Amino acid sequence: MFTLFRRVFFAVLLLSASHNLLANNADTQPSLAELSQQLISANYKEKAALAEQIALAEDDQAIVILQALLDSRLYYVKSNGQLLLVDSSGEPDSAQDAFTLQAVTGLGKRDIKKIGVNNSLRVALRSLISRAQISSKHKSQRMAAAQNLLKSSDDIDRAFIDQALQREADNSVAEVLHLVRALMQLKADQTEERIEGLTALDGALYPEVRAGLSEFIRSFSDEEKLSRKNEYQLAQTTLTDIEKLVSINGYIENLYFGLALGAVLLLAAIGLAITFGVMGVINMAHGEMIMLGAYTTYVVQLLMPEHIGLSLVVAVPAAFLVSGLVGVLIERSVIRHLYGRPLETLLATFGISLILQQAVRSIFSPLNREVATPDWMAGTFMINPALELTWNRLYIIIFSLMVLAVLALVLKRTLFGLQMRAVTMNRPMASSMGIKTGWVDALTFGLGSGIAGIAGVALSQLTNVGPNLGQAYIIDSFMVVVFGGVGNLWGTLVGAMTLGVANKIFEPLAGAVLAKIMVLVFIILFIQKRPRGLFALKGRAVDNG
Amino acid sequence: MTQTKQFGPLTRLLMNDAAGRKLLLILVLMAVFIPLSNLLLPEGSFFHVSTYTMTLLGKYLCYALLAIAVDLIWGYCGILSLGHGAFFALGGYAMGMYLMRQIGDRGVYGNPELPDFMVFLNWTELPWYWLGFDQFWFAMLMVLLAPGILAFVFGALAFRSRVTGVYLSIITQALTYALLLAFFRNDMGFGGNNGLTDFKDILGYSLQSDNTRAVLFVASVLALILGYLISRFIVTSKLGRVLVAIRDSESRARFLGYRVEHYKLFVFVVSSMLAGVAGALYVPQVGIINPGEFAPINSIEIIIWVAVGGRGTLFGAVIGAMLVNYAKTYFTGAFAELWLFMLGGLFVLTTLYLPKGVVGLWAQLKEKYQAEAEDNPPALNTETQSKAAPEQQDKLNFVQGEKV
Repeated sequence: MFTLFRRVFFAVLLLSASHNLLANNADTQPSLAELSQQLISANYKEKAALAEQIALAEDDQAIVILQALLDSRLYYVKSNGQLLLVDSSGEPDSAQDAFTLQAVTGLGKRDIKKIGVNNSLRVALRSLISRAQISSKHKSQRMAAAQNLLKSSDDIDRAFIDQALQREADNSVAEVLHLVRALMQLKADQTEERIEGLTALDGALYPEVRAGLSEFIRSFSDEEKLSRKNEYQLAQTTLTDIEKLVSINGYIENLYFGLALGAVLLLAAIGLAITFGVMGVINMAHGEMIMLGAYTTYVVQLLMPEHIGLSLVVAVPAAFLVSGLVGVLIERSVIRHLYGRPLETLLATFGISLILQQAVRSIFSPLNREVATPDWMAGTFMINPALELTWNRLYIIIFSLMVLAVLALVLKRTLFGLQMRAVTMNRPMASSMGIKTGWVDALTFGLGSGIAGIAGVALSQLTNVGPNLGQAYIIDSFMVVVFGGVGNLWGTLVGAMTLGVANKIFEPLAGAVLAKIMVLVFIILFIQKRPRGLFALKGRAVDNG
Repeated sequence: MTQTKQFGPLTRLLMNDAAGRKLLLILVLMAVFIPLSNLLLPEGSFFHVSTYTMTLLGKYLCYALLAIAVDLIWGYCGILSLGHGAFFALGGYAMGMYLMRQIGDRGVYGNPELPDFMVFLNWTELPWYWLGFDQFWFAMLMVLLAPGILAFVFGALAFRSRVTGVYLSIITQALTYALLLAFFRNDMGFGGNNGLTDFKDILGYSLQSDNTRAVLFVASVLALILGYLISRFIVTSKLGRVLVAIRDSESRARFLGYRVEHYKLFVFVVSSMLAGVAGALYVPQVGIINPGEFAPINSIEIIIWVAVGGRGTLFGAVIGAMLVNYAKTYFTGAFAELWLFMLGGLFVLTTLYLPKGVVGLWAQLKEKYQAEAEDNPPALNTETQSKAAPEQQDKLNFVQGEKV
């Protein structure tokens, strides 16, 4: 009964609104600016009427102004009545002209005044904005409006949605509008209509749909569950279907996070695969090479604060050089003397890692440094309403694969790669063929360290840059190399991705810390079965360990 | 070896061990005089040892025992464990649990049964693994068993599948890292981040009193002496010879018919128990145990104590632990910034220039200035022989093999 009354009421309202529109068109239509100006002196009731008129103005700025009014960000200058948009802090420094959007300076807190709104006006404004947006020229605005309507499907009337649906040319927006309609149908009086609504909702991933459905299911009394059995069951299967879909999407998201973590591990471990795998050198300072790369990014951004977007592109080679040079230095000064004594190398490089950490702490302070994320890496892309993925992770996955590919090319197709493999296989023979094994060692170590530096650039986009950055990843990277098998880039790739995904899949089941422990225990057990990793080297190199 | 039956066991242990004899003498003197001077002499006296110094020394002694434990496996069996801090911490936690139960209803929440942090977490009853820790004997048993069982299981798995060298080091590091993460969790029931602290008394004696401190100090000295003798017993026995053989060439020892993994497992478990005892004595003296003790860096620091002192000489491990920790106390107090530089430099310089540690340096200098060298302890001899690093020897053999 009540719904019927409401629908009639809204229909009348809509009629009168369209009347207004006609009337306005007949008269000299007051401009957006004039209407908005009147807001300053109007009372709440008049404001509501004005807002309605503003919403009808065919101007994108109208929506901006209404939104600002809704958010209490619409101000005016007391002296001349200029309308201003101010950000949510309410500071006059952030003021912009409401129409031209140009910054207005030189205003004090006392010079401006907020245009007030009350709750009933807010409700009216919200639906006005959705309506204005739903007929907007821009698809993105219509989409946003449709999604807003989904959130507040109680306050709108069917006729309005039907109208919007008729006008709507774009499929994706229409789809959302259909959902809004279906949600409203659930509250209808006729069984057929409710059933129709339920069928329309099938497979919809918006959280609002789930909320609406479970509310609908809850509304059944025990008798109704029997008397309207079909409907009840349909509602339940629809909901479980949706929930199944959502959880599948959840798994996909986890998989994505896992791949991203795997990519980070891959970046961190590739360098290690070279120094540990190819050269047999345990480099405990590897984590610090990553840290140096991250700090290089920070310094590059300090040097070019105007071009944050470009800074990452510059930082990659810079980090490679910085970490690579430090690596060559370490190799020449310390590791060179310790070949064939892996345990001693481990200790010496651990000492170096302490020195590097403390050096960074002394130079840059022990606090975390902020590294900015360029605009092109920020934000998310939506695959469906239950699955939103962040750009930066996608970039890092691609980037890590690129690094791996380049490295594989260097190893397989360049002279240096050839020499490197020769030295790994048979040092005395390579030496007698005229290869300067000492230099090959130094450069190989530099290459491994340089790649760690690149990993640091990528990591600076994901985590805090601090002196302990490297330590957090060193154990994991060793696990990757040990798991994947030493001296094998494929093993490193598979190892990193497996560990990354395993970590993230266990995480929702057991919590982050327990997931990590489980993975560590798994590796310890795995080593039992295959002490030399997934892709073990065969032949002579095996016995050198 | 045939002589051993003619002498008492202690004589056998110390007969060829001049440095060890001196070390034990010093330790006994410390055990007698330091507590006496702390308790009997007035505070202003020149010879008075403050409680702070005594506790600090007690702490060093625990570290020294830990260093012996590590030296036993690293110096004599070539197992570089980067996770020995875990056994130390487990022993410490076992002791800490006993001390927690001793608090009784004197905690902030006054719950006679549950430690404060459990009340805080709204737990209603003691988890099963806390049962029995109100008994001192049970706690002491756990001090040995908790690290021992972990070492047994871990070692059995690792040694059986022949995980050796750096692989083993990394896996042990992962082990302690996993435990670090686990003990940080509140639901583990070990006090989470804060660990166990606010201890009141041990066996009914207040932990704050000088008398208890003195007793703990003496206990630390005795534990160190005992640990030294046990380790000495092991390394001078036939088993010790096999261990050294394994260290120098594992495959050869295996081909000679020794069950390498059994030997390694035995010494690994003994070493873990020694570490556990060290942890148990450490906790009442410093008054806290928290997951930080599991941090991988702690375990690696132990390695540097041994390396600085002289790997493969038990007394060297003691000296190294004392020296490095004294330096740490001094530098973290005076130039906090410099300490990590120092420690890092110590790692690099010792591995590069002092492969045999301070003890080895001492021996070198002695050789230089004395025409006739004194009889070196057997451990040092084998060390010298093995100095032509096994890998290099392997390589030599390998090259010869190529020629043939």
